[in-house]
Amino acid sequence: MVPLSHYLIFSATLFSIGVLGVLIRRNAIVVFMCVEIMLNAVNVSLIAFDRYMNQHDGQIFSFMVMCVAAAEVSVGLAIVIALFRNKATVNLDEINLMKW
Amino acid sequence: MELLIFYPLALVSVILAFLVVFNKNAIGSAVCLIGMMLGLAGVFVLMQAHFLAILQVIVYAGAIMVLFMFVIMLLNLKDDDKGWKMRERNVWLTSGTGVLMIGVLYKFMDTTAEAEFNSPATVPDNFGTAELVGTSLFTDFVLPFEVASILLLAAMVGAVVLAKSKVD
Repeated sequence: MVPLSHYLIFSATLFSIGVLGVLIRRNAIVVFMCVEIMLNAVNVSLIAFDRYMNQHDGQIFSFMVMCVAAAEVSVGLAIVIALFRNKATVNLDEINLMKW
Repeated sequence: MELLIFYPLALVSVILAFLVVFNKNAIGSAVCLIGMMLGLAGVFVLMQAHFLAILQVIVYAGAIMVLFMFVIMLLNLKDDDKGWKMRERNVWLTSGTGVLMIGVLYKFMDTTAEAEFNSPATVPDNFGTAELVGTSLFTDFVLPFEVASILLLAAMVGAVVLAKSKVD
């Protein structure tokens, strides 16, 4: 039997890797992928708690997380395409129009 | 026995997640991310969330990653990120986040070491099947379900409007 703490540490590790990627990468698309890693890490912990408490609310929650992830990716990638048309780059350090 | 399945899956997922972050080209990152999501689907099956595992493969590894691949190839980002280096101004932020995450991990170990969570609950045979999750989805959670459909519709319209014309 796998103790719950293993799943939670696994989830926290994946989440940290996602945060690391968001903070150090400059390619907007890779940053989006790292956001996906974070969302997946959250799903792991939700489902693990589900399994260990014999509930299925957490599975519904991770279903909703998947919905939001799909919406986020479609809108986000559309923004990246619109941005690429204007500036011909996806480097986040060069996109500073709204920086104060 | 379950540990023997869990550790390789977790190890492969974590390694692939690292490769997503440290890969030089975006296509490589996307392929590693697909592998990571398949590994996570395996972990979901291990937790008897069969329906979610299938959704993970179809929605994440299928639909979302195809969208990523499609955009990467559309923009032709072959050498855009060549010789990428860390964003210097974020090094302190990153280190601080790492310290905070170590704290969170420690708290996790502390809390979950209690006996209540050490062995999984006994679950019915149909736990995590489409039947049980679907019943819950259409009775207790029917309002969030409908709101999610509106969210997806709004996202679709938004994506079409954003990508359609030149914005200035």
